[in-house]
Amino acid sequence: MTTVIASAGLAVNERVEIRRNRITGRSTEKPSGKRVCIVTGTHGDELEGQYVCAELARILGENLSQLNGTVDIYPAINPLGIDSITRGIPLFDLDMNRIFPGTSEGTMAECLAADIISDISGADICIDIHSSNIYLKEIPQIRINEISAEELVPYAKMLNCDFIWIHSAATVLESTLAYSLNVTGTKTLVVEMGVGMRITKEYCRQLTAGIFNLLKNLGMWTGEVEEIREPIVSGEGTVEFVNSDADGIFVPCVEHWVEIEKGEHIGDVINPTTGQTVERVTAPCRGKIFTLREFPIVYGGSLIARILGGEENA
Amino acid sequence: MHKQVVYSIQSPYRQPMDVIGFKFGKGEKALCVVGAMRGNEVQQLFVCSRLVSRLKELEREGCICEGKEIMIIPCVNYYSMNIGKRFWTMDNTDINRMFPGYDLGETTQRIADGLFKELQGYTYGVQLASFYQQGDFLPHVKLMETGFTRHEEMKDFGLPYAFVRTPRPYDTTTLNYNWQVWGTNAFSLYTNATDDLDECSAKTAVDAIIRFMVRRGIVKTRVGSGYMTEIISEDRLLQIHSTSSGICRSFVKTGDELHSGDLLCEITDPLEGDIISKIYSPVNGIVFFRYNRPLEFEKSVLYKIIRL
Repeated sequence: MTTVIASAGLAVNERVEIRRNRITGRSTEKPSGKRVCIVTGTHGDELEGQYVCAELARILGENLSQLNGTVDIYPAINPLGIDSITRGIPLFDLDMNRIFPGTSEGTMAECLAADIISDISGADICIDIHSSNIYLKEIPQIRINEISAEELVPYAKMLNCDFIWIHSAATVLESTLAYSLNVTGTKTLVVEMGVGMRITKEYCRQLTAGIFNLLKNLGMWTGEVEEIREPIVSGEGTVEFVNSDADGIFVPCVEHWVEIEKGEHIGDVINPTTGQTVERVTAPCRGKIFTLREFPIVYGGSLIARILGGEENA
Repeated sequence: MHKQVVYSIQSPYRQPMDVIGFKFGKGEKALCVVGAMRGNEVQQLFVCSRLVSRLKELEREGCICEGKEIMIIPCVNYYSMNIGKRFWTMDNTDINRMFPGYDLGETTQRIADGLFKELQGYTYGVQLASFYQQGDFLPHVKLMETGFTRHEEMKDFGLPYAFVRTPRPYDTTTLNYNWQVWGTNAFSLYTNATDDLDECSAKTAVDAIIRFMVRRGIVKTRVGSGYMTEIISEDRLLQIHSTSSGICRSFVKTGDELHSGDLLCEITDPLEGDIISKIYSPVNGIVFFRYNRPLEFEKSVLYKIIRL
């Protein structure tokens, strides 16, 4: 059943609505009483989660007798952003993932954020799906703040992703949805996969299979699940960043999620006017490329790749 | 005056963006003023340009104190300003969310790093800041309570109000916060405009900075004494939210003194013209902020009132 869990009036004859599709199982087994939330559409240019939500809703809807508990799907917590292909909240140029936990005494965006937190709080697990941005393509991965790692890694391993990245705590991240939920006791996992403004069916199906595996492990799903891949779990020190030092167009010569040796050629930055190669980009360490630049134009500093390997193999 | 490039970045399709700093006097790094970090901060650029002009005069007249150096950086992000964009041209990131910066990081982290290296070591820092909220503000000065601050010095600007703000998580990557942490006593100075010019409040800002420099022994000149500044904490500000959406017709302006029950605005139905709601002041106070766009949304902050 679709319900509006938060809304606010826009200027002319319209309300912004945050919608939730609540799917309640009809299993004949003893009720699990459990609830899992799937949240996406925080950034309007990240669309991979749309297909995951659609697939989940379709499969669960066709197999309600195999669901024991509740799955809440929030496909667009920044609906105006998705509708207008705007990463932030269009009216204010604000990053929706920097205003949590929000407040009912605040501005429109802060009120919506507070209502979203209130609705999700108390779930057994929340999965917050992101898809990088238009510049970078990401292998399906879970990102976990080190302060929540011990509690969350066992659940992250169930999600059929290739990689779990445990990153260091940063104060600025305290205003994210995931942080706000985790510190108040609702376990929340952040998924990053694919690239902005696209749907990568292969990745979406991979994560969808992982979500069913999670439901199975929570005792909420009695249907079949696929064989789940074992992710690589990595800390901050084992990830190496590759940034461009020159400006121009980046042309890669490696594939995404491949093994690479230290010093191996990743691609070139080329001056589009003269055709000259202004930077030959090479791997600073041995490892696997889990982030690769998708958008070709680069400035000095633009992120080209992230390599899983880092200090271990440098 | 010495004009120098404090940071430069290349683009594949444009001329290099050279961030220009103007230095006056020689010696101890006394004061640095940073203007537009976002592409829409035209008023902040204008204030800095007026300040540079004024300091040129003062320097010609020998009014910069011996052993004191002042630097003014009017515009950090003119790539965005020149194409009418608020944040960084390519990835829409905010330079003022990238401090202290990282020289091997992303483009705006590198800009923040390059800039911040030049900004360190000053005794005082002033950032000409702007709000994301659309509206008019009373000119004021603000500092973030980081534990390294000296509140009383805010009074030397001679503006009517000075605010002390408790930092929120997203503040920790701003210039002002990091300036404080690195030992500069940093202030944010707000005029009542951003995208448009307001010459009157620009003059107020320039006079306030000159006044501060006079009182801190950085320049010697005659300047009006300004106001007896009242330092107030954010909890003195009462926010008035709209309870409905539509077209807003305001009957008060910033600086107006209010009595409890005074009519602030009417919200009318944008299609039928009927009055949907009237909003009254619940307290006695001064209008500090007024939303200034005709269309407004439910739960918008329409006014901020300093309680009396």
